[in-house]
Amino acid sequence: MKPTDTSNPDYFHKVVDCQWACPAHTNIPEYIRLIAQGRYADAYLLNRESNVFPGILGRVCDRPCEPACRRGRVDEKPVAICRLKRVAADNRGDISKRLPQIPKQKNGKRIACVGAGCASLTVANDLMPLGYEFVIFEKQHEPGGLMRTNIPAFRLPAQVLTEEIDMIVDMGVDLRLNQPISSMRTLLQQGFDAIFVGSGAPRGKNLDIPGRYDDTAHVHIGIDWLESVAFGHINSIGKRVLIIGAGNTAMDCCRSSLRLGAHDVKVMARKPLSMTKASDWELEEAVEESVEMVECHSPKEFVIKNGRIAGMLFEVMEYQDDHGKLKSRVVAEKFYPADDIVLAIGQENAFPWIESDIGIELDKWHVPVVDKTTMQSTRPGIFFGGDSAFGPKNIIWAVEHGHQAAISIHKYCHGEDLTDRLAYAMNLTSTKMGIHEWSYSNSFDPSVRRLVPHVSLKERFKKINIEVELGFSAEQAQVEVERCLNCDIQTVFFAPLCIECDACIDICPTACLTITANGDEDELRGRLKAPAENRQQPLFVSAALKQTGRVMVKDEDQCVHCGLCAERCPTAAWDMQRSVLKIPYAGDQNPQPAPQRRTA
Amino acid sequence: MSFMQKPKVSHSQRLHNELGLSLRDYEGSMSTLCAGCGHDSITAAIIQAFWELNIEPHKVAKMSGIGCSSKTPAYFLSQAHGINAVHGRMPSIATGANAADRNLYYIGVSGDGDSLSIGLGQFIHALRRNLNMLYIIENNGVYGLTKGQFSASADVGSKAKKGEVNLQPPIDPAIAALTLGGSFVARSFSGDKAQLVPLIKAGIMHNGFAMLDVLSPCVTFNDHEDSTKSYAHTRQFYHPAVHADFIPSKQPIRAAYDNGDAMPVELHDGSTVVLRKVSKDYNPTDRAQAYSYLHAHQKRGEIVTGLLYIDEAQREMHELSNTVGQALRDLPYSELCPGSAALEELQSQYC
Repeated sequence: MKPTDTSNPDYFHKVVDCQWACPAHTNIPEYIRLIAQGRYADAYLLNRESNVFPGILGRVCDRPCEPACRRGRVDEKPVAICRLKRVAADNRGDISKRLPQIPKQKNGKRIACVGAGCASLTVANDLMPLGYEFVIFEKQHEPGGLMRTNIPAFRLPAQVLTEEIDMIVDMGVDLRLNQPISSMRTLLQQGFDAIFVGSGAPRGKNLDIPGRYDDTAHVHIGIDWLESVAFGHINSIGKRVLIIGAGNTAMDCCRSSLRLGAHDVKVMARKPLSMTKASDWELEEAVEESVEMVECHSPKEFVIKNGRIAGMLFEVMEYQDDHGKLKSRVVAEKFYPADDIVLAIGQENAFPWIESDIGIELDKWHVPVVDKTTMQSTRPGIFFGGDSAFGPKNIIWAVEHGHQAAISIHKYCHGEDLTDRLAYAMNLTSTKMGIHEWSYSNSFDPSVRRLVPHVSLKERFKKINIEVELGFSAEQAQVEVERCLNCDIQTVFFAPLCIECDACIDICPTACLTITANGDEDELRGRLKAPAENRQQPLFVSAALKQTGRVMVKDEDQCVHCGLCAERCPTAAWDMQRSVLKIPYAGDQNPQPAPQRRTA
Repeated sequence: MSFMQKPKVSHSQRLHNELGLSLRDYEGSMSTLCAGCGHDSITAAIIQAFWELNIEPHKVAKMSGIGCSSKTPAYFLSQAHGINAVHGRMPSIATGANAADRNLYYIGVSGDGDSLSIGLGQFIHALRRNLNMLYIIENNGVYGLTKGQFSASADVGSKAKKGEVNLQPPIDPAIAALTLGGSFVARSFSGDKAQLVPLIKAGIMHNGFAMLDVLSPCVTFNDHEDSTKSYAHTRQFYHPAVHADFIPSKQPIRAAYDNGDAMPVELHDGSTVVLRKVSKDYNPTDRAQAYSYLHAHQKRGEIVTGLLYIDEAQREMHELSNTVGQALRDLPYSELCPGSAALEELQSQYC
């Protein structure tokens, strides 16, 4: 193999599995260290830089970081990253003075946003400090978009939502509530310099099977129903409820039903539960509340008796894997009685307000054609983000779309090329403090993942807005932070210094280092000290070593970043260096590269 | 040394030997030696060898004297027995322990100071009585614990860190062992585990005194440019003469050995050492030839390594003195100490 090019920022970035997996590339290990030091406000602000809504995401993020977490590969359970984020948010204190300053002198550019959800708010958050003026049009009487209407208050309290939205609105955003946009053409005529559409994917999918329209009062579309619940328009439901679909919306629907008077709630999945799109933790929480999960049941008919819904008839399915394709077959039919039925089978984009002749191209699913990098539609100056761009994803993706759209809008308003974007950069600084001292907690803590305390099952149903998760106590957080392996403290190798004494190889607790003759990757992976079986994780290969011409190989898969290789290295050929990913945001200039501290 | 313990991460314990033990189960406490010390590498090789041999750690006795090398038994096989003896006197203690229980595996770890200076007399007598043990000399040419004075194995012309030149000729433990009738003479290098681990295994299974001289650079006091015991110098003048492959008794020997390149030697317990010779004219069972080969290459400044000489037929101490097969603690007390009447009867034979 060729020597690994660690000057490419992607190499060390990928070692930080959580940060690599996060759409917004939040610097997770660094904020966990700040929490460990009790610097909650600093941790919060570091979070806010990339993900804008730490308090909200600390509760309801989709957490792509956690399945990626190295700790999950080393000893089963990942670090409770999301819960730690909440610790920072809950304990941050007053940070209002540390938020970006908004210039009084504006730059004369006016931007319109459609929808006051997380994507639009992120764009405003990035551009307000640069002197832009923002008008956000929102059809509801409160901002927040799907965060407010679709996430029940028992998971995300309204106060948390309001606080973090206000941080942005208070920058001076002209937020126009109760003002739905019904025509893009009219909006275009108002003379904005750019328009950002962050209106979400607001249409719940329907299930058009017999009986659907015979008792519409008791058949609900999931996301619309959740919205009505959120705004207090609905405050009761029948005793027996069937939720059709088993995604995260279904989990919110079933748990909301329990809080509105239902006793017998079943989630009906068409496929096996192992294939559900719901997050594990949301599924677990629903099961904890005695929601019954019924799998392999495909809806056939709404059953109506005396003009009122009586239940639903299902086809019981059997699935077989046929060369990677899932084959289904009906094995039986079964009737489930119900007083109410909630459809939570997905949602889609809807743009009835975008005229077809104004240059915004829609594809065959009536979704706008949006550039994945610039977030610009086919009409220059109109940008999309969040669910409205590429269909339903999640909050953290919407935030990242917002950041990218903000960069584009800034360039667009200054007549710059949208595709000429700053690249990610990486800065490395040594963490060496003394002969065997590092500026991070390098010892491996074998503690198991802490469980977050919940409000008791007796208490939590008393009101619809009792937040179920209590968040970590200070003691729990102190243990959980130490579980983080500090993957951003990189093992940096200087081949010319190595004397091949084997000290690093002998001490490595996970046998991830080998000095051996070079070879091609497949062959090399097989003859390392511990075979490198996880091909998702790269091998680091050094330049040829001075004394024997062999190479140092590191399998990145299992490294616990304990720094023992560097402690045992007599020539400091290994060093533990903190990597900081420089993420470009709107208005950033090309930074001068940091001077190289050490020449090999 | 490090302030923290080597973490026990589950991944590192997933490979198991026939006893169901992981490599980590053969470790000891954290080393307090200097970072990069060759001794730590030898420790790792010992751990690897015992693990691969499927030897239960409590069936092993670790013996050592004084010095950096002699600290290392603390760093492997924490479940084994061990004595850290007086400086240079480890061979006597090992003889006593072996006399009392011949059924343990004995491994002695000594250094060039412990074995070639203060303990030279002890070392050569243990060798002479062919005590059944593996005797490793971790050889770095300096007294590391007292800050780098030349030891008895320092080469003529080698410079100390501050510049003094060594003028006295070295004692070469391999040549000493050959001339004194050693039954197993080997040399290796801490930086070459591929060679070292099989040699340790063969030495453990050899029936008699297995002398293994391991060049083990002192990174702190003897790894500079003008040292002849540095990593760089050792690699430059490295001359492997014989590769030894250790094959446990249960495994069939598959390879065919033609043209005298390889030579299988069966050990006492049925396992085999296959000697693959780098130079065809070298015969590791011919003492005189081994001596002259070593001598010739030493003159050229080369470091000859490998299993240099082996004679599995030599009788070890217990066989020479016709002692019982059991450990003394397993003998019934009446046999171990037959009483004063028996003593008198014995003495009356000499009247």
